[in-house]
Amino acid sequence: MHKENRSMIIYDVAVIGAGVSGASTAYQLAHYNLSTVLLEKCVDVCFGVSKANSGIIHGGFHHPVNTLKAKLEIRGNLMFDKLQYELGFPFRRNGILVVAFSEEQMATVQRLYEQGVANGVRNLEMCGHARLMQLEPKLNKEAVGGFFAPGGGTIEPYRYVFSLVESAVRNGVNLNCDFEVVSGSFADGCWRLAAADGREVRARYVVNAAGLYADRISRICGGEEFRIHPRKGEEYLLDRSSDARPERVIFPVPTRHSKGVLVIPTAEGTTMIGPTADPTDDKEDTATSSDHMQRIVSLVSRMVDGVSPRDIITSFAGLRPVLDGEDFYIALSEKVPQFVQVAGIQSPGLTASPAIGEYVKDLLKTGGLQLIEKREYDYELPRRHEVRHESLETLDRLHEENPAWTHLVCRCEKISEAEIVEAVRKGHRTLDGIKFYTRAGMGRCQGGFCSARIMEIVSRETGLPLSELTKNGGVSRLTVGRLGDRPVLL
Amino acid sequence: MIQEETYDVAVIGAGAAGLAAAAETAGAGRSTVVIDREELPGGILRQCIHNGFGINYFKEELTGPEYATRITRIAEEAGAVFALGSAVTDVKRLPDNRFGLVALSAERGVVRYTARAVILAMGCRERTRGNLAVPGTRPAGIYTAGSAQKLLNRDGALPGTSAVIVGSGDIGLIMARRLRWCGIEVKAVIEIMPQPSGLPRNIAQCLDDFGIPLYLEHAVTNIGGAKRVEYVDVAPLADGIPDASKTFRIQCDTLLFSVGLVPENELSRQLGVELNPATGGARVDSGFQTSVPGVFAGGNVLHVHDLVDFVSEEAALAAKAALRYLDGAPPPERNRVRVEANLKYVVPGYFSRNLNTVFSFRPLITADAAQLTARLDGEIVWKRRLRGIRPAEMIKVELPGTLLNRSGDLVFSLETELEA
Repeated sequence: MHKENRSMIIYDVAVIGAGVSGASTAYQLAHYNLSTVLLEKCVDVCFGVSKANSGIIHGGFHHPVNTLKAKLEIRGNLMFDKLQYELGFPFRRNGILVVAFSEEQMATVQRLYEQGVANGVRNLEMCGHARLMQLEPKLNKEAVGGFFAPGGGTIEPYRYVFSLVESAVRNGVNLNCDFEVVSGSFADGCWRLAAADGREVRARYVVNAAGLYADRISRICGGEEFRIHPRKGEEYLLDRSSDARPERVIFPVPTRHSKGVLVIPTAEGTTMIGPTADPTDDKEDTATSSDHMQRIVSLVSRMVDGVSPRDIITSFAGLRPVLDGEDFYIALSEKVPQFVQVAGIQSPGLTASPAIGEYVKDLLKTGGLQLIEKREYDYELPRRHEVRHESLETLDRLHEENPAWTHLVCRCEKISEAEIVEAVRKGHRTLDGIKFYTRAGMGRCQGGFCSARIMEIVSRETGLPLSELTKNGGVSRLTVGRLGDRPVLL
Repeated sequence: MIQEETYDVAVIGAGAAGLAAAAETAGAGRSTVVIDREELPGGILRQCIHNGFGINYFKEELTGPEYATRITRIAEEAGAVFALGSAVTDVKRLPDNRFGLVALSAERGVVRYTARAVILAMGCRERTRGNLAVPGTRPAGIYTAGSAQKLLNRDGALPGTSAVIVGSGDIGLIMARRLRWCGIEVKAVIEIMPQPSGLPRNIAQCLDDFGIPLYLEHAVTNIGGAKRVEYVDVAPLADGIPDASKTFRIQCDTLLFSVGLVPENELSRQLGVELNPATGGARVDSGFQTSVPGVFAGGNVLHVHDLVDFVSEEAALAAKAALRYLDGAPPPERNRVRVEANLKYVVPGYFSRNLNTVFSFRPLITADAAQLTARLDGEIVWKRRLRGIRPAEMIKVELPGTLLNRSGDLVFSLETELEA
């Protein structure tokens, strides 16, 4: 750690953006004798692109091996088992099925299979109708054939990002939320990054992992000119009791721009259908539309039985940060020094992310950053208790330690007061942050029952009045004052 | 140590239904535990601080908390044991035909209950914006009417400054008036159907008295606002779909959804109880017994009622049947009851020969007059002319057992072609 001008820290690396790429980079850097700061413009981590995606660990067959994204997807996929062992996020290798509903589509299936084999993916399997139905009895009987990628799976993206950041922070990385970088300049071997509110961070190296805004950050810092095109994807979530929940992730035969509308058995027991793929100009446009709901339901109904709009419990939209050419752009800047661009991280960015972090770390080394492994590194995150997964005997024991373990706050997802308090103490103070950390409010009543209870707990734990609590930071206040604050309107 | 307790009857839910049922079974000398996740008994009544409750059941007009307190006292005096702050997480039938329940509470940790009969009284939950998949953004300021009611009436917090209410269910109407009294502007109530889904008295007292506009046959087509609600777009329906050319925008920072209630039957599913898709509740016989012997259901868990009084009455009937079951009475017959023209559903779904039976119906039409007809095995056995038919109001009729004198399907229909 370098010091200058009284106690102004100069970090070795500042990572801009605490989404999946930035978090994975910070996690990697935490293994070395470096000082690293992770800067996030939102009030919590994983509040941008990374929170709204399909949560799929892809199978390494969708993209040709000569692309950077395919290389990192294949490497990233293989890294998840070790990461899950250490960090404990929800992840299952339940396999991916690509299903054709006509003989014509089988040609594309064949090509994807061969691409996967050429990419070095192992255990891929071409399937006829009977094998498909054996692997996934929920499939529509019209399925002609397809192929199976057993190494694919599903993950809870926010839990994954939270655990990466938590591990990085345990190993010395500083996290600054609510830090929106508005200017960046390089002088005397050091970057100065300023936030909108006047705070400043100095670092020798900068990693631009700003998602949808990577183009703006690059411009602010004098780096390469490029443009991120948001491409919207809408997803619809079905109740746990939906008959449509398959065992595998079901893909249709893809088109040029999209992997298509999927049926996803999420890692936590719900079923998700989507996403769409539509370009938009607005990087904050995460509105959903009614046409898409109908289209998604009808598309997935052709693939699996039992899809009903009655089972929809919520919908959301995310934006993919797309670059011209569609590939990832991860490279040392050729225009400014000590600056790594991590841009265009759309699908399969989540799958590739462990490898992205590693790749960025290697680029920093190429750029002159000295990497010495820490002698002491804390690999494993402490295991979290989750009431929905514990035995009655464990719950009984937990109750003796702390009665809040057997006080259920979210009835749909069985989340206890102790889990909410843990989230708040870990720094998640917004309703959305607590939801992503604990699942409280993600179930069938969508927070109708638990939101007010969670607000009471956050208020008690933080000392903030209810009127200061937000859904996701900024002006997203949940309530506006106390009874009696406003004159009666008769 | 995991604690274990044994009762004759376990009632799940201590709202208007569960308390009435527990009072009945405990009053008859059967050991009864009533389990509820809330710290106080009374269920949703606790947040319904308006009046209009109890006129049938207590022959007196009460507020929600008054009704709750009164019916709680009756259950207590009858000797029911209360397990409050306790969430039932598991319920199953045991090999000896008794039932095993698990409840979690901060006070006692894990408790296993064993009971010879179970009365389901979990009530219902609100449908949400997510269930409707209303298009637009997902900002703060979107509440179900009931959760806003809890925020206001239990926590004393104001949900916003200007509101639009989506759907004209009773809770939404009550909340329109409540918001006004708290100084929150109510810009409009938007209802997709051609008639309100709430009771006429609530339209008069909660909207008309305050000049709050009700837009029938209109839909919210878009929700706007990045962090907090800023506006909604509303369009009239033409041939059942929103006419985009006539869309208008209403500025507001709060949206309340009052778009229907769904019986809460997740625990019933665990028990393997047969559900009726038309009600979302169990299909019961004339004694409110479900398809699982020893499991009874009454109140909003069975079908959504308009009046709390009927909830309590129905649950008390279910409890009486549970008492007969405990006494070893033979199970009621299961002759099928169905609906045809203009009726959404009927409860109970089965009848027993020669038993006087109260049937509840939800009509699908609005009509000044119509004839409710019962056919047994194809032959008309009963008919009655009814006035002021509307979907917002449940129809309840009692058929004498003497008419139900043979087995076969009992089919009800609501006929609008009236005889002169």
